[in-house]
Amino acid sequence: MPFIPHTPEEVREMLEVIGVERIEDLFSEIPTELRSSITSKKIPPAMNEMEIGRLMRERAARDGNPLCFIGAGAYEHHIPAAVWELATRGEYYTAYTPYQAEASQGILQLLYEFQTMMASLTGMELSNASLYDGASALAEAVLMAVRANRKSKSRRVLMPLTVHPVYRKVVRTIVRHQGIELVELPYCTACGNIVPDSLASLSGEDFTALVVPQPNFFGVLEEVDQLADWAHANGVLVIGLINPTAAAVLAPPGEWGEQGADIACGEGQPLGIPLASGGPYFGFLCCREQLVRQMPGRIVGRTVDLDGKPGYTLTLQAREQHIRRSKATSNICTNQGLMTTAATIYLSLLGPEGLERVAAACHDNTRQLLEKLTAIEGVELQFDGEFFHEAVLRFDVPVEPLLKRLARQQLLAGYPIAEEYPELGDALLVCCTETKSEADRERFAGLLREAMAEMRGS
Amino acid sequence: MLIFERSSKNRRNPVQSPRSEAVATGIPERFRRRSRPLLPEVSELQVVRHYTRLSQQNYAIDTHFYPLGSCTMKYNPRGCNTLTSLPGFLARHPMAPVESHGQGVLACLFELQEMLKELTGMQGVSLTPMAGAQGEFAGVAMIRAYHESRGDTMRTEVLVPDAAHGTNPATAIMCGYRVREIPTDAEGDVDIEALRQAVGPQTAGIMLTNPSTLGVFERRIREIADIVHEAGGLLYYDGANLNAILGKVRPGDMGFDVVHLNLHKTFATPHGGGGPGAGPVGVGERLLPFLPIPMVGQNENGYFWLTEEACPQTIGRLSAHMGNTGILLRAYVYMRMLGTQGMGRIAEYATLNANYLMKRLSESGFEVAFPGRRASHEFILTLRHEAKQYGVNAMDFAKRLLDYGYHAPTTYFPLLVPECFLIEPTETEDKATLDGFVEAMCAIRREAQSEPERLKKAPHTLPVRRLDDARAARQLDAVWKG
Amino acid sequence: MSNVPEELLYTKTHEWVRQNEDGTVTVGITDHAQDLLGDMVYVELPEPGNSLAVGDECMVVESVKAASDIYCPLSGEVVEVNIALADTPELINQDPYGEGWLFTLQPAEGGEREELMEADAYQELIESES
Repeated sequence: MPFIPHTPEEVREMLEVIGVERIEDLFSEIPTELRSSITSKKIPPAMNEMEIGRLMRERAARDGNPLCFIGAGAYEHHIPAAVWELATRGEYYTAYTPYQAEASQGILQLLYEFQTMMASLTGMELSNASLYDGASALAEAVLMAVRANRKSKSRRVLMPLTVHPVYRKVVRTIVRHQGIELVELPYCTACGNIVPDSLASLSGEDFTALVVPQPNFFGVLEEVDQLADWAHANGVLVIGLINPTAAAVLAPPGEWGEQGADIACGEGQPLGIPLASGGPYFGFLCCREQLVRQMPGRIVGRTVDLDGKPGYTLTLQAREQHIRRSKATSNICTNQGLMTTAATIYLSLLGPEGLERVAAACHDNTRQLLEKLTAIEGVELQFDGEFFHEAVLRFDVPVEPLLKRLARQQLLAGYPIAEEYPELGDALLVCCTETKSEADRERFAGLLREAMAEMRGS
Repeated sequence: MLIFERSSKNRRNPVQSPRSEAVATGIPERFRRRSRPLLPEVSELQVVRHYTRLSQQNYAIDTHFYPLGSCTMKYNPRGCNTLTSLPGFLARHPMAPVESHGQGVLACLFELQEMLKELTGMQGVSLTPMAGAQGEFAGVAMIRAYHESRGDTMRTEVLVPDAAHGTNPATAIMCGYRVREIPTDAEGDVDIEALRQAVGPQTAGIMLTNPSTLGVFERRIREIADIVHEAGGLLYYDGANLNAILGKVRPGDMGFDVVHLNLHKTFATPHGGGGPGAGPVGVGERLLPFLPIPMVGQNENGYFWLTEEACPQTIGRLSAHMGNTGILLRAYVYMRMLGTQGMGRIAEYATLNANYLMKRLSESGFEVAFPGRRASHEFILTLRHEAKQYGVNAMDFAKRLLDYGYHAPTTYFPLLVPECFLIEPTETEDKATLDGFVEAMCAIRREAQSEPERLKKAPHTLPVRRLDDARAARQLDAVWKG
Repeated sequence: MSNVPEELLYTKTHEWVRQNEDGTVTVGITDHAQDLLGDMVYVELPEPGNSLAVGDECMVVESVKAASDIYCPLSGEVVEVNIALADTPELINQDPYGEGWLFTLQPAEGGEREELMEADAYQELIESES
């Protein structure tokens, strides 16, 4: 029996102590008409580790090893070997939530360090110990802003169309039953971001919060200072949605405008988490000190023990579901413990200088790639706004067949955005991180030129 | 010492960062960061030493018996980690085209969907919720979508047993419902009469787990299902305790309309110090149209994603991608290793271990909360006598257990039983470990009698002594300021 | 043994009420309640000037292990709140009937009130609950 250690003798002894004949007798309370059993029709027979190993290796190989220039919320970065060697130590991998603080000082101290790093990276005063992912963190940030903004009654939240389209969908799914209205903010199709002046018409109306992405979904930089100042002048809380790598070079939410943002959140995957088909990742959530009681998720605090020695423990738990129940700030139970462990180790290995280099290399590589690609006939840069490490390119050939051709040659050229942004036509969101060499960029340009020429029939 | 306190200004790890100087030409001044983020400046060796040492200050399944009730701390097979970390899986971008670069991972996910349908007796499964709590949210949101689609706006209440896990009422509120609590009777079952009184046209549904949080099987579950269904409500199954009945009873057969599963409990995915989890949902016929997306579909060409087009009535998306794929794959590998026969044995041995442990503790003089009932995969002890007689409470016992090398069971949950321990050994523990735990409990009780201070001031052998929780909350220090 | 002063009135949700000479009432939580809740860490006080109805959840006291709603025992307007609790919430534990008071109300004319019980009735209540 896989992972079940009992020998027949032990089973006999145990049954005797309990006072029953067979294990089956222990299920006597379950009405017989409800009983079922498992057939091999839907649950295949057992495989040993060798056999399942063969199957998984075959399947992993089937998914190939393409050269990938897709970003769109999940970014390929170099992950130092030490990150996962340490994070998958059994003491981290198989530990539970640190409810018995004295027996979990390792993970608790690590989370305290994580909170410190994320607060600093986002320029905010406090951070929690993580949420599930960037999209659900944004949803929680919206709920938090609605709870925190006592002066606003409207529960209307301004959501720019430059926020990741799937994030907007997730937020809608999560907040819709709480009487919250998401109001779309249009963007400028020439610059690729929100024009701050366009908000002037909304001044004086009651809005509870404004979400500001930086960079935005298109990779373009938003005018965060102006947007933040407008919001605060109108009693609107500012939620910054950021890329954590970018935060090494870009002004973080805590530095936006006169007062800084009120809440900051985003996707932590770029910090040492592999792409892994979309998860597990982690979301981060940071805020001003005054809003801490509205913040969902776990928070680790430093305190002292009976001898006055410093120690760490989960704190402010009265906000959480296991105590507050119906009145909880959220129903959230887990944080993404293992992922925060990895991210903390990643940030420690890179340090401020290393992270800045990664960010700068991503920006420079993308710039160089765009130069090569826009030199090809029929390829144009869509937006003239400043970018971080992604950009939207427009093509004079249909994008879907183009992508298919390139995919057959093991090149994933970018993320097609026509479905969510039909106004942009045949467009791709393209990203080039520090993992791509000059040869990789050359290969992309070469294959693209060929493919487009073929498609035009020349 | 914190990692920051080991820093030295300008200490670098050039081997881990890009070669070029940080420049980022083209980003205008107004967008740039003015301050430097507070990140450690340490060598790679310092990092390795620091985090290795920290890991040694954690209790974990890999090192300690961890009988945390309702958490199912079973062995996390290493093969699950290795095989899901193959480069082909780990490097795949979530938006890579599935036709050419995703058939492998989608095959695993599709088969996982099918197996979970079978185990739960449900008609459809979505793997996207990233944790049990998200699964709960999806479940209740689907119930809501169902009533709305029927034009029934009278359903404003969700029923929850008073012994329920805190996520249940919190979830109901998040979905815009009011919560009405149903009392539990002395035997540990839901009070049927109270339930009858509570249902009506305002009932959207009831959230239950079976076995219940009290560690006993809800014997009149079919009756409960009938009462709620007759009133027009639906039944939601909290799968936290599935380990007790896996392969023996299916939630679908008990009358549930929607279930969520905790893969990090029943299916051995790693707890990771607090996450990540995965909380897939399964539904019966009525709720099929509302499942969260994306799901994996299959046709003659292979596997593909089912999204908004194929599922126009879906409650929507819960994550940016498709959920915690890496965790889903780990559960898949585990389930393939268990296979037909192994799947059915989990509940048997989990129940055997729980009943054995319960009997031995009760024979040693500890009070079991529901002495007339069989344990499911877990059971409750109450230490109220010890509390009265020796002035030590469940918390003191728990802290002293840490000194004996055991992670304490769940304490003070469920709230209904005073000074309680909710104990769940799981099926992967052997008899000797269970016997050792009994001995430790007896030794601690002897200490409670002769020198109670030993318990009240416990733990004594860990890196820190008992921590001041009140101070942690009153003087919040969650970020190091230097 | 929990302290139950004779001169006060009590609610079944463990608040105490003192009738003041100027017609206002002062509200707090009982010794029994603070003992159950444990060390107080935070208090969310109502706004002075707010009108409250009987039974309203008018404020929250938060301890390490629980956050408890306080129910308004009678309809009226909030006159004063104990701002000392912002920095020193433990006053509720140390002196629940004195320095740990929560707020004072000006009762509304002909306003509703909860059934307030006398000290011995409250004493019976807490004995039956334990």
